[in-house]
Amino acid sequence: MPLEVLVVEDSSGDIRLTREAFRDVNPFIHLEVAHDGVEAMAFLRRQGAHLHAPRPDLILLDLNLPKMDGRQVLAMIKDDDSLKTIPTVILTSSEAEADVLKSYQLQANCYLSKPMHFEAFHGLVKSINDFWLTKVKLPQNEQGDAPELSIHTGPERSPKKSLGTKSLGTRRNNESDRRKRNGH
Amino acid sequence: MKVIGGSGMAIEVLLVEDNPGDVRLTQEAFLDANPSVHLHIASDGVEAMAFLRREGSHTKDPRPDLILLDLNLPKMDGREVLAQIKKDESLKTIPTVILTTSDAEGDIAKSYQLQANCYLTKPVQLNAFEALVKSINDFWLTKARLPQSR
Repeated sequence: MPLEVLVVEDSSGDIRLTREAFRDVNPFIHLEVAHDGVEAMAFLRRQGAHLHAPRPDLILLDLNLPKMDGRQVLAMIKDDDSLKTIPTVILTSSEAEADVLKSYQLQANCYLSKPMHFEAFHGLVKSINDFWLTKVKLPQNEQGDAPELSIHTGPERSPKKSLGTKSLGTRRNNESDRRKRNGH
Repeated sequence: MKVIGGSGMAIEVLLVEDNPGDVRLTQEAFLDANPSVHLHIASDGVEAMAFLRREGSHTKDPRPDLILLDLNLPKMDGREVLAQIKKDESLKTIPTVILTTSDAEGDIAKSYQLQANCYLTKPVQLNAFEALVKSINDFWLTKARLPQSR
């Protein structure tokens, strides 16, 4: 089962850089993108076109977003008993001390500033992968599984091990299945 | 406990840990990874809360930039310490990293419900433990933006 990461970001350039960086550092990450705060909440609550959306293992959230601000998205995630356990990392160009403080007050799991330069950005994505998706123990992903999928998730409910413990074959198969499902 | 030297501003880290062996290993690993880290030790949950609230002998202690919190502690459990930190408007902004031997799914889920900033399990092997401390330093004390404590 690939790790699911939700990127909430409106800049198409940053989305592309994030995709490319994750592809380089960990091809088993399945990246989903929400372009504004309203879409992010619809994705997380599986509303509208997102009925079959996976529950993310990690959320990367920009602060300045159209329709609904990232601070509001963060507050809604952390106010929701089902969603609050998903680690939510703020990834923003804002360096303002007030944004850092406000984010931790709203219980962001961590705050990262986007570096301007491509190489530094790439390095930061690698750090996110090496720390959050490798070292950190994430909560098991069963709580919010969509009911129609739950019959098939039996084997996936075993405790999530580090990526290294899964066979490449299994992950490739899951990945290609998912790509087919999602029409990629 | 304090490490003199290093460049730049000191970074204050509170380690809440009752096992003296783990305390020592953590001190040594931070000494290698980042000499600017001032590591403070609370050996049970009650002492941790007194340190954070600057009560008793802790009136002059600094506000930590980061807390490393074990779950199984004497006097007051780590879960209770975490709950109290995250319920306190002033303390809740201090990133609190669970660092424990428990890899029980229930402990992981409960910690995130209580808004732990992240959950790490202590590796048994010394090399892996040192590498984990280095990761904590590289990520939390180098890459992550922390709220200004003063």
